[in-house]
Amino acid sequence: MARLIPSIPSIPSRRPRFGRGAVLAVSAAYFAVPLLAAVVYTVDDPVKGVTLSAYTGILGAGGFLPALLLSLELAAATIAVVLLILVPAAIAVRLGGSRLRAAVEVVCTLPLVVPPIALAAGLTTVLKWGPEYLARTPFFQTIVALQNPGFPVVLVLAYVVMSLPLAYRALDAGLRTLDVPTLMEAALNNGAGRIRAVTGVILPNLRGALLNAVFLTLALVLGEYTVASILGFQPFTVWIVNGSASAQGPVTIAVSVLSLLLTWALLLVLSASGGRRHTSAPASRNTKGTT
Amino acid sequence: MSSSAAPATTGGTSRRMQGEAATAAQEDRQDRETGATVEFRQVRRAFGAAVALDGLDLDVRPGELLALLGPSGCGKTTALRMLAGFETPESGEVVVDGEDVTSVPANRRDAGMVFQSYSLFPHLSAADNVAFGLRMRKVSARERRARAAELLELVGLPHHGDRYPHQLSGGQQQRIALARALALRPRVLLLDEPLSALDAKVRLALREEIRRLQRELAITTLFVTHDQEEALSMADRVAVMHAGRLEQCAEPGELYARPATAFVAEFVGTMNRIPGRTGDDGGVVEVVGRRLPVDGPGAAPHREVDVLVRPEAVELAVAEKGTKGAEGTARVTGTTFLGAVTRISVRLADGTLVKADMTTHTATAFPAGTAVTVGLPERPVLVDERRA
Repeated sequence: MARLIPSIPSIPSRRPRFGRGAVLAVSAAYFAVPLLAAVVYTVDDPVKGVTLSAYTGILGAGGFLPALLLSLELAAATIAVVLLILVPAAIAVRLGGSRLRAAVEVVCTLPLVVPPIALAAGLTTVLKWGPEYLARTPFFQTIVALQNPGFPVVLVLAYVVMSLPLAYRALDAGLRTLDVPTLMEAALNNGAGRIRAVTGVILPNLRGALLNAVFLTLALVLGEYTVASILGFQPFTVWIVNGSASAQGPVTIAVSVLSLLLTWALLLVLSASGGRRHTSAPASRNTKGTT
Repeated sequence: MSSSAAPATTGGTSRRMQGEAATAAQEDRQDRETGATVEFRQVRRAFGAAVALDGLDLDVRPGELLALLGPSGCGKTTALRMLAGFETPESGEVVVDGEDVTSVPANRRDAGMVFQSYSLFPHLSAADNVAFGLRMRKVSARERRARAAELLELVGLPHHGDRYPHQLSGGQQQRIALARALALRPRVLLLDEPLSALDAKVRLALREEIRRLQRELAITTLFVTHDQEEALSMADRVAVMHAGRLEQCAEPGELYARPATAFVAEFVGTMNRIPGRTGDDGGVVEVVGRRLPVDGPGAAPHREVDVLVRPEAVELAVAEKGTKGAEGTARVTGTTFLGAVTRISVRLADGTLVKADMTTHTATAFPAGTAVTVGLPERPVLVDERRA
């Protein structure tokens, strides 16, 4: 069959291929050079030469585990809150109408135009104002609890706001591929209640979109520095910056490299899981001669 | 309902499966006895300023297939969705088997629905889609599998249970949707334009299959369509709707031959509007040089009206010399080949365009430009207000 296809397209396709290759090379260099520089920095010791001590010393580095745990806890809480808010909202938007959709889109897009520094400044003002005016009310304890260094809820609230645009887009993209109202009606018609229709029909078909939303939120929380630093907490990113300024420099950079690789690995897993669903589909497509 | 894509089965296996399907259909029929009655009583529903249903009164007989036919926006889908429980009337009642179900939620309506867009659950296999309702009713896995297999056999897809919706053609998906709708042995089957997304050949085949299944199961069925051919060929009775109201509900033959209103007459089949004038008592109309009785209650006397005549009722004859310009004379402006029948367009002396159907063989005598006389048979005709 291959012989029947003339080789005419090979000549004009060279230039675009070269162009694509050049763009790919430049893009790869843009990402790879800083990463390679970071790797070199972590393994090249001016005294000992090439060594992996920065990597082996990660677990023993002071403050590493508490900072990492705090970041993971914040990420888990943020993901839970974001999904609890956004999944019902996004489905309601699909089931509701254009007015509701416009309102939710505006609310979810708004954080994009608010820089983290402004958000942090605003939060700082509120957290300072709160104790002054709420000292004699039960809300005072709430203000205090929000800033508990063990688990700063205020960071979760900030991260939820910051994650909204990303997570909403991911969910909305997934929902756009489904005829949500009809699927809901089909489920109801088959005896499912509304909640069961959502959990049994809509959510399983949103697996990819949910994973994307989770991943984006996770990446945002693990990489967020500004708000946490200004509010005076020390999750993973703040620890890295503080550590790199001190004697732990190579260790913190090693942690950065590993966290970057971990993020990429997560992305690959997501892509692979999404890809598997697509490739399994049309292999045995059977449309001819049947009704 | 054969499927060429289905793996070949031995004669014995095939016979056994057909036997199982027949048994399943029989059990379904017995469970359902004679089918449910459905009544819409003065049902009204508006969406803002748009009135979708304006006091709809409609009775569906047990075990019949009733087609709701009408143009877009006439309220037929709203009526169906109201019966399914997806819409709530502002006033009026929806009654099934004597029970007022107006406020019963959709998931407790006992009405299986097939949607226009298939609406199979993408993450479930065909068998799991069919068994979904049974799972919601907490039927055991073994029973679910058995029932799904029976229904897949019933819709002619016994070997497609493990396929996912994206691996099925449109027609196959709609058959699975039909099996899913029947899985809970509903009292009423609702079909919301189930064939409109399919190509012509598949549509024709599935049309017959739905009719066969509906008859086998003797299930009361409401079928929404805007395709008059579909409605006339499938339904026991056709309810023509217009602007939220029922215009006429009758058997297809009666609907075509004796339309109750001008809207029905023009919506079902093709209709000519030929200018005429009512006589002294309004019970007779003068048209193309003839006096014909008016069908129905008659019209106001001495009024300019349009006479509604089907193309097959129009008689043409080659005009003799010297009749040019006389009342009822016309000239052929063109012909349209429709297979066994050819439609001839003629223009009357007053400029009115009239269509006449005749056998293709006869139509060869009327090439474009031929002077003809137009005749109408001596039987009652519908009249309507003159259109500008």
